[in-house]
Amino acid sequence: MEKFRRLLSRALPLPIENIDTDQIIPARFLKATNKQGFGENLFRDWRYQPDGTPNRDFILNNPDYEGKILLAGNNFGCGSSREHAAWALADYGIKVVVSSYFADIFKGNALNNGLLPVQISESFLNKLMQECRKDPETTIEVNLEEQYISLDGTSYLEDFEIDPYKKMCLVNGYDDIDYLLSKKAAIEAYEQERTF
Amino acid sequence: MKKTLFDKVWDAHVVETIENGPQILYIDKHLIHEVTSPQAFAELEERNIPLFRKDQIVATADHNVPTQNQHLPIKDQLSKKQVDMLTSNCEKHGVTLYGLGHPYQGIVHVMAPELGITQPGMTMVCGDSHTSTHGAFGTIAFGIGTSQVAQVFASQCLLLSKPKTMRITVNGKLRKGVLPKDVILYIIAQLGTNSGTGYFVEYAGEVFESMSMEGRMTVCNMSIEMGARGGMIAPDETTFEYVKGREFAPKGEEFDKKVAYWETLKTDKGAEFDMEYEFQGESIAPMVTYGTNPGMGIRIFDEIPQQNSDSFEKALSYMGFEKGEKLLDKTINYVFIGSCTNSRIEDFRVAAAYIKGKRKAANVNALIVPGSQQVAKQIVAEGLQDIFEEAGFEIRQSGCSACLGMNEDKIPAGEYCVSTSNRNFEGRQGPGSRTILASPLVAAATAIHGKLTDITKDEEVLDAAALIM
Ligand code: SF4
Repeated sequence: MEKFRRLLSRALPLPIENIDTDQIIPARFLKATNKQGFGENLFRDWRYQPDGTPNRDFILNNPDYEGKILLAGNNFGCGSSREHAAWALADYGIKVVVSSYFADIFKGNALNNGLLPVQISESFLNKLMQECRKDPETTIEVNLEEQYISLDGTSYLEDFEIDPYKKMCLVNGYDDIDYLLSKKAAIEAYEQERTF
Repeated sequence: MKKTLFDKVWDAHVVETIENGPQILYIDKHLIHEVTSPQAFAELEERNIPLFRKDQIVATADHNVPTQNQHLPIKDQLSKKQVDMLTSNCEKHGVTLYGLGHPYQGIVHVMAPELGITQPGMTMVCGDSHTSTHGAFGTIAFGIGTSQVAQVFASQCLLLSKPKTMRITVNGKLRKGVLPKDVILYIIAQLGTNSGTGYFVEYAGEVFESMSMEGRMTVCNMSIEMGARGGMIAPDETTFEYVKGREFAPKGEEFDKKVAYWETLKTDKGAEFDMEYEFQGESIAPMVTYGTNPGMGIRIFDEIPQQNSDSFEKALSYMGFEKGEKLLDKTINYVFIGSCTNSRIEDFRVAAAYIKGKRKAANVNALIVPGSQQVAKQIVAEGLQDIFEEAGFEIRQSGCSACLGMNEDKIPAGEYCVSTSNRNFEGRQGPGSRTILASPLVAAATAIHGKLTDITKDEEVLDAAALIM
């Protein structure tokens, strides 16, 4: 996994609540057997018209916007557990998703793929949305080591929380499998000792 | 210390606690299917890691399979590749597979309980969010992502922080015609789609105590739709009776020993939950959803609420509904009875009790998709097939089907589908499709009348259905 410490980037504001993983990547694109290429169909049904032409109102099709940060409404990533949602975002080039709330499974999936979910207050999220909608050039700083997110060049800043173990993994580029494999003896001992 | 049911099962599976970090949780059973496993197998192979406990894994093909002519090669090449890959991965790694054509094949959350793979007090995972279904047995069961599938492959464990606990108590009695599906849709409508995030739910109270295992599975299945990782119900006589004698259930003395343990799996009196809610069974009515998340539900005779937000308006405009509108009598052209929420034999019995001797309305396409090969066989054995066919319903072979529209079973754009599945997200049943979630009874009535119908008005029918539930 790639290491993550700090990111300075422009952002894509998507002020919709309850974005479920079916919207992030519809089920009909889940037939692949590897992890690559899902970015092409990220937000497929919002991004394209039924006839396949780009939907010009959708943020990813707006030429004024680019960036590695996605700003999304409350309860991002609910619904299906498909990790393909995290792969699609990562494959598209997103490194950080910012929302006022994340669904559990999505959050875990994101972290396992070096994609950082940053949960902030509703009011700060609104502030970031507003600024980015007003000025597409707005830059946001996400500092994982010091656990804050800020509107670059201003005093607007908010701390965010992250599980210390997950932070250690991201900062060092480790994953859970490495850790679990190092615990094999303890796992075997557990299996031996259990009585039920 | 007084413990909840959840605490008891969780604590019994903790291998180690990392300081300031997550816990290592041991997983008893790992279910896999064709869509979320290929990348996990690939990851293991790339890193040259063997499967740690292959005997604790069971595989089936369900999400992507056709529901017609399952004996023929799959036509869709991408689907075929995925299903073939599951077969070859299972062969290579020595994993038990109930693939297409196998008498045990079925939707993973229907197949495992009916084979007795699911047992009380276990920890179970699957790369599918509706793994919460198995919580009906007093099991900690939850959906995981593909990276975690690989972790369980490699170590039979997961690194997790212990979730908070919530108890939802429903006392009293359900009215006639109110099914377990209505209970859970009602709860989610009351609490909202993210009310459960960070929590594991225990369902308690008279309504769940007197519910069948099928009903309990329907309820636990949809826990994820309020954001909860899982839901569980304390195992009792109903649970033990259901498990007893099933293919992979413990037998004889071993079974009695297990039951003695399972009986201890109850929340201690006075144990504390992080959150508690209480509802009364009598206030629940048949439910339908009007929006694009499962929390947007109303009683079938109610009006769509007035609410002002972009997301709310976006949902209504997608569905083609107006604020304040009633859904009763809406013309519906598609009905789907199936999915891991409502494709067990009991669901079809209830639907058949209503349908018996009637014909579907001319405008309706009605699809019946059993959750497993075993359920399909039972439908025939109990004479339900004749009832459905005489009524003009189409019966298919088992799989996820129109629940997520990965195969060719899709609802056309713009059409309403009254569906017994669990998600009404935009495009869930096919691009542009509009899903209205409901119970098998409401779905059956919709098919007969060609429009959304309040079944609670029909005493005779309700009595017939009540005999089954
Ligand atoms: S029936 Fe639907 S919800 Fe259930 S496992 Fe299949 S796709 Fe998922």
